[in-house]
Amino acid sequence: MMMKSHAISVLVNDQPGVLQRVSGLFGRRGFNIESITVGQSEEMGLSRMVIVTQGDDKTLEQIEKQLYKLIDVIKVVNLSSKPMVGRELALIKVKSEPAERPEIMGVVETFRAAVVDIGTNSMIVQVVGDTDKINAMIELLHPYGIRELSRTGVTAMIRGNA
Amino acid sequence: MSAHIPEVQSTDELRQKWMKPEIISGSEILLRSLLLEGVECVFGYPGGAVLYIYDALYGFTDFKHLLTRHEQGAIHAADGYARASGKVGVCIATSGPGATNTVTGIATAFMDSVPLVVITGNVVSSLIGTDAFQEADITGITMPITKHSYLVRDVEELPRVIHEAFHIANTGRKGPVLIDIPKDVSANKTLFQPGQSLKLRGYNPTVIPNRLQLDKLATAIQESERPVIIAGGGVVYSGAHEELLKFVTQTEIPVTTTLLGLGGFPSGNELWMGMPGMHGTYTANQAIQQADLLINIGARFDDRVTGKLDGFAPLAKIVHIDIDPAEIGKNVKADIPIVGDVKTVLELLNPLVSRSHKADAWRSKISEMKKNKPWKYIDSETELKPQWVIELLNDTTNGEAIVTTDVGQHQMWAAQYYRFNQPRSMITSGGLGTMGFGFPAAIGAQMAYPERLVISINGDGGMQMCAQELAICAINNIPVKIVVINNQVLGMVRQWQELIYEQRYSHIDLAGSPDFVKLAEAYGVKGLRASNKDEAKQVWQEAMDTPGPVLVEFVVCKGENVYPMVPQGSTIDQMLMGDSE
Repeated sequence: MMMKSHAISVLVNDQPGVLQRVSGLFGRRGFNIESITVGQSEEMGLSRMVIVTQGDDKTLEQIEKQLYKLIDVIKVVNLSSKPMVGRELALIKVKSEPAERPEIMGVVETFRAAVVDIGTNSMIVQVVGDTDKINAMIELLHPYGIRELSRTGVTAMIRGNA
Repeated sequence: MSAHIPEVQSTDELRQKWMKPEIISGSEILLRSLLLEGVECVFGYPGGAVLYIYDALYGFTDFKHLLTRHEQGAIHAADGYARASGKVGVCIATSGPGATNTVTGIATAFMDSVPLVVITGNVVSSLIGTDAFQEADITGITMPITKHSYLVRDVEELPRVIHEAFHIANTGRKGPVLIDIPKDVSANKTLFQPGQSLKLRGYNPTVIPNRLQLDKLATAIQESERPVIIAGGGVVYSGAHEELLKFVTQTEIPVTTTLLGLGGFPSGNELWMGMPGMHGTYTANQAIQQADLLINIGARFDDRVTGKLDGFAPLAKIVHIDIDPAEIGKNVKADIPIVGDVKTVLELLNPLVSRSHKADAWRSKISEMKKNKPWKYIDSETELKPQWVIELLNDTTNGEAIVTTDVGQHQMWAAQYYRFNQPRSMITSGGLGTMGFGFPAAIGAQMAYPERLVISINGDGGMQMCAQELAICAINNIPVKIVVINNQVLGMVRQWQELIYEQRYSHIDLAGSPDFVKLAEAYGVKGLRASNKDEAKQVWQEAMDTPGPVLVEFVVCKGENVYPMVPQGSTIDQMLMGDSE
C-alpha cells in the first residue's frame, strides 16, 4: 500500500498530560510523527493538535481509531482527505555581513517573508507558508550560512465551511 | 469454621448518613464515593502517602478491606474479584514502590479488558517532580496500560474523578483506570456533595450496532456452507452467554471459544469444538481454516489464536463483532464489521437468523472430526499425568467451581481438560500471560463469592511468585483450594526448548523450590501431597472435605508436553499432535 503524508487534526481536552498521551500512543504503536503542533482551539478548555504522519491507509485508519480510544480526545479529522490549508512558520538566523544584507533582503521580499531582527553580522528571517515554501527558503538562504533554524511544524485547517 | 472475611456493616441508614453534604477530608470523600459506586471489597497495602486514607479506613466497616502481603497480590486479587463478579475491582497502594508494584497487574487487566479502579497515593503536591522520597510518576508510567488515568490536583475534583473513573472502567471496552492522589489532597477538606453528573464529551462507546450490517450478516449466514463462530472474552464481559446459546441453537453453527471465552458457551453442547489457536483442538483449527464464513464475536484475533496471519481463515468471509472499533481490522480485515456491545448485537441479531440447510454437510464433517481427533493424552499407571489431575478436579466438581489458573502448561491443560459450562468460571491471564496471577486472583474471586468453590490451579513456578498471599488465606480463612501441579521445571519454557531450541534446556530447573506442603503449613494453611492416582483421589477428597484453605501439591511427571501445538510462525492447521497422534 501507498505510504503518504497525512495531516490529522485532533481536538483534545486541555488536560495536563494530554500531549504525552497522544504522542505516547504514536510511539508505542509504531506510528511515525513528522511534526506535531498544539495550541488553543476556538473553545475554552479544548486544544487542537495537528499531527503530520506517514503511513498507508490501514495505518491511518488505526491511528484514527486508536486516537478515539483516548478519553481526552474529542474529535479526530483527517485533513489530508479534503482540500486544506497547511501552514508552518520558521525562524532562520542567517549569517549576513552588512554587504550581503541587500541580497538577502531580496530573497526575503520575493518570498513575502520578513526580517524580524538584525544583528551585527546576522539577521533573523521569519517565513510562513506550506512546507515546500519553507524548504525552498531554507535552500536559498543556505549559501549565506544558516546559524540557527527553528520550525514550528504544520498547523492546518480544511478550506471552506467544512 | 466460617470465613473470617471482614463483615460489611453498610445499611441504608448508614449510607444516608454518609451521603449527607458535609465538610470532610479527601480520604473520607474517597471512601464515601467508593460506597456510592457500590464497592463491597477493596484490596490494598498501606504506606506513607496513603496514611490519611488508611486513617479514614480505621474502624470503617461499610466495605471489606483485605490487606494482602504484596501490592501485586492486591491488584491480582482485585482483578480476580472483577472477573468473577463482573463488578469493578478496587485496589489501593501507596506512592513509589507501592504504586510500581501494581504495574504488572494493571497491564494484565488492560490486556484482558478487566474493569479496575486503582488508587495510588503520591507525595504531597509541593514535592511532585522533585524526586521526593517514594515518588514515582505513576500516571506517566502506566499511561500505556490504563484505559485512562487521573492525577488529582485538588480535593474538590475527587468526587467527579472517582465517579468518572468507575464509569470509564466498566463501560465500552472495559479496562483499568488509575487515580493518583497526592497526600495533601487526601488530607485537605472540602464540602462533599454526592450525586455528580458525568461530563465526558470524548467518550461515547457504541453499544447499538448498525442495522444494515446485521442484515448483511443474516444473509451471509443463509448463504454460507461452512460457517464457524469464534466466541471470545467479550461474550463473558457483556453477559451475552444466553444470547450466544440462543444464536447457536437457532443457526446450528459450530462454535469455538478462545481462552478468555471459555465458559461463555457450554462445553457440553455438541456444536462446541473446543479452543482455537496455538493449543487449540484439531477440529476448531481445521474448521477455521476451511470455513467460508467466520463470525468473530467479542474476540480480538490475538496472535495466539490466529497463528500466521497470512494464512489465517483463507477462504472465509470475516465478520467481526466488537465494542472497540479499533479492534476491527487491526489484525484481520473484516468483510462485515459490526461495532457494538455483544449482548445487544446478539439480541438484535437473533430474530433475524435461522438454521441454514446449506451447512448440513459441514455440521456432519465437524462432528466427524471431533470424533476422530478428540483431546487426548497417554495416561500412565505409575506416575501422575497433569491432564489426569485436571480431569480429577473436573469430575469431582462437576465443572461447577470457579477455576483460576496461573500461566504455563497447567493453564493450557486446565483450558483443555476442565469443562467450563458457566460464564466467569474460568479466570486466567490471557493477553499478558502473567505468572503469579492465579493464586491471588482466586482470593479475589472467593471474596466475590464466599460460598462458592474456588480452585486455583498453579504450576510450581507461578506459585512461588505470589506465595506470600497464603497468609491472608490463613488469617481470613478464605477457603480457596490451591492446587500446585509440580513438575519441578518451568514446563512451557521446557516444551519450547525441547521442540524449537534443540533441547538446549537453559535455566528451567526449579530445584530449590520449597516443600509446598511445609510452605503452606508455615503460613497456617493445610498442606497435602500426592504422587500417584490413589493418593491424588484421596488427598483431593480430603481437601474438598476440609473447610478453609488447603494447598494440594500434585507431583506429576516432568516431561509432559501440551498438545496439540501450533509452532509460532505456522498457520493454525499446521499442528504438532504429539503423543496423541
